[in-house]
Amino acid sequence: MSKLAQQLLGWVDDRFPATKLYKEHLSEYYAPKNFNFWYFFGSLALLVLVIQIVTGIFLVMHYKPDASLNVSGIPVAFASVEYIMRDVPGGWIIRYMHSTGASAFFIVVYLHMFRGLLYGSYRKPRELIWLFGVAIFLCLMAEAFFGYLLPWGQMSGWGAQVIVNLFEAIPLIGKDLSIFIRGDFVVGDATLNRFFSFHVIAIPLVLIGLVAAHIIALHEVGSNNPDGVEIKKHKDANGIPLDGIPFHPYYTVKDIFGAVVFLMVFSAIVFFAPEGNGYFLEANNFLPYDPLKTPPHIAPVWYFTPFYSILRATTSDFLPYLAALVAATGALTFFTARVSVVRALAVAVTVVVVAALFLLDAKVWGVVLMGGSVMLFALLPWLDQSPVKSIRYKGPLFKSILAVWVVCFLILGYLGVLPPTPTGKIVSQVCSILYLAFFAFMPWYTRLDKTLPEPERVS
Amino acid sequence: MNKTLKFLLIAACSLILPVAAQASEALQLDKAPLRFDNASLQNGAKLFVNYCLNCHGASSVRYNRLRDIGLTEEQIRDNLMFTGEKVGDLMRTALRREDAKQWFGVVPPDLSVIARARSSESGSGADWIYTYLRQFYRDDSRPTGWNNALFPNVGMPNVLWALQGEQQAHFAEVKDEQGGVAKHLEKLDIAVPGKLTKDQFDKEVADLVSFITWMGEPAQVLRQQIGWWVLAVLSVLAVLSYALKRAFWKDVH
Repeated sequence: MSKLAQQLLGWVDDRFPATKLYKEHLSEYYAPKNFNFWYFFGSLALLVLVIQIVTGIFLVMHYKPDASLNVSGIPVAFASVEYIMRDVPGGWIIRYMHSTGASAFFIVVYLHMFRGLLYGSYRKPRELIWLFGVAIFLCLMAEAFFGYLLPWGQMSGWGAQVIVNLFEAIPLIGKDLSIFIRGDFVVGDATLNRFFSFHVIAIPLVLIGLVAAHIIALHEVGSNNPDGVEIKKHKDANGIPLDGIPFHPYYTVKDIFGAVVFLMVFSAIVFFAPEGNGYFLEANNFLPYDPLKTPPHIAPVWYFTPFYSILRATTSDFLPYLAALVAATGALTFFTARVSVVRALAVAVTVVVVAALFLLDAKVWGVVLMGGSVMLFALLPWLDQSPVKSIRYKGPLFKSILAVWVVCFLILGYLGVLPPTPTGKIVSQVCSILYLAFFAFMPWYTRLDKTLPEPERVS
Repeated sequence: MNKTLKFLLIAACSLILPVAAQASEALQLDKAPLRFDNASLQNGAKLFVNYCLNCHGASSVRYNRLRDIGLTEEQIRDNLMFTGEKVGDLMRTALRREDAKQWFGVVPPDLSVIARARSSESGSGADWIYTYLRQFYRDDSRPTGWNNALFPNVGMPNVLWALQGEQQAHFAEVKDEQGGVAKHLEKLDIAVPGKLTKDQFDKEVADLVSFITWMGEPAQVLRQQIGWWVLAVLSVLAVLSYALKRAFWKDVH
């Protein structure tokens, strides 16, 4: 560094912790040296976030959140998207990057979350990182939902109508609440404008704040690794973990390679299959939204379908099975809990929930379960009672249950894009129960499992 | 572990497949023989402005975009512009929406992105349009005198009848489960010949559908051309960044 540059840096450092931040988060942040394939997805999620924000900024310059019809009878919002695709120089590439980015975000985040499941990244002392992560996931779903309305196609309008109508299921206030959210009796101009505001301002602000919190919390406790052992237990004379390497340059160069490979897959979709075979851009969404013409089959975009399937599976004949699951969890808690308060609580909660299951409408429970099936992830740090963190040292019981759960999740996702069928309903009900049981029984099967001893150092 | 997984996957597939088969009734679509050379697209553009643009708009497309298929602004202005004033105008229809509603019962949809909207599991949007335009038949019970095998009771008449001729439908009577009798379309054949033979007509429709497909995403060709360059540059970058990673990680064991 030249003398002048050094002086300049010194001047800044006296007033702002530039060097300190650089050291803490990059050059002297020691990450375990044994990160594998699964550890690419955190930095990739950040990359996709940047892609979405930058392309989004340029899209907003030409997009018009206006549901009124233009001279040709096309909604202005719909026409403005086609204007971007045709008349704005380079507009099509920006738009395809943004639409592909939405799906890419979910692919990357699902894999990132699955990494957490595999290696117990949510376990102590990383509970808060995980909770921030779950909040990010919820924000991401909201962001995707609001954004999906903006092209103002048939799926946009009707998808939003279906989801906002879910709030009607809430007893007493539901009807008024759904009108309050839409700002109208059907999805219309008021809805479009508020969703636009949420999509470009409100949710991104929260999202960026949460991402910052997620990373600060991570750098406070340090990264987990595929062995699930703490590298901070073994330090050298200078206090540096023996199995740690500085994030920069080691993981920056590794993540650059990961980013390039990711961008190759991403570009292949953007340039050669931007519609993603009808999964990333749905055919029906190339028809302008018409509130008087209901499409025969309304399905959410693929990344919501596992949870949407759970919603659809929850019919009145399904409630007794749910009651059985709740009762079983309650009974297990009652017979295994050592503290009497917990036992009493288990009985009380079980009785109330089972009673409510028979009293309230199945539609309410569908909504509760759909939301709950996402929220359940937040409980993982406390549900997992295994003595080891990583799947490498967990026993056959956990491995098979996780495998069943993954298969169920995929089946639910697949069934969610299809129109409902009688067979599909039964399959999705079985999968929903298994999905929930994975969480409900986790405290017991993780204790029962025959685990292997963890190594002292990473392998 | 592996055995369990295999079993689960097989079980999952055996559950899923019948569900998938049940899920959607496939339409019988003919594969559209699309051609994206300038001659075909220009012929398609000519057919489009002569036969479609009278009722349907393509209000996202500008006339001067047709320069992309090898036409000059003069050619566009002299031969193809019936509704616009300036060559930069959008391809709007002269038909008023209120009139259309009264005459056909519906406002004819804008065709800018129709080829993308009509895509389904049964085939591409182009296949749908190609099949649809060739399956009109005479039906005196309809207000327009026309019906369509792919889109029953459609509001649109057969605008290409002078080229295709008049088709006649042959129905078979099929007993349904309740004992009623349903009409089932067996085949269509030409009752009154038109200006073109069947093969000639199919070729004309293919050109028209090619144009409509091109119009759905005019950037498509450019997109794929750029795509190869992007992938090439990224491949080089992948090799370089991998070498960089290897170089830095030499001392990590």
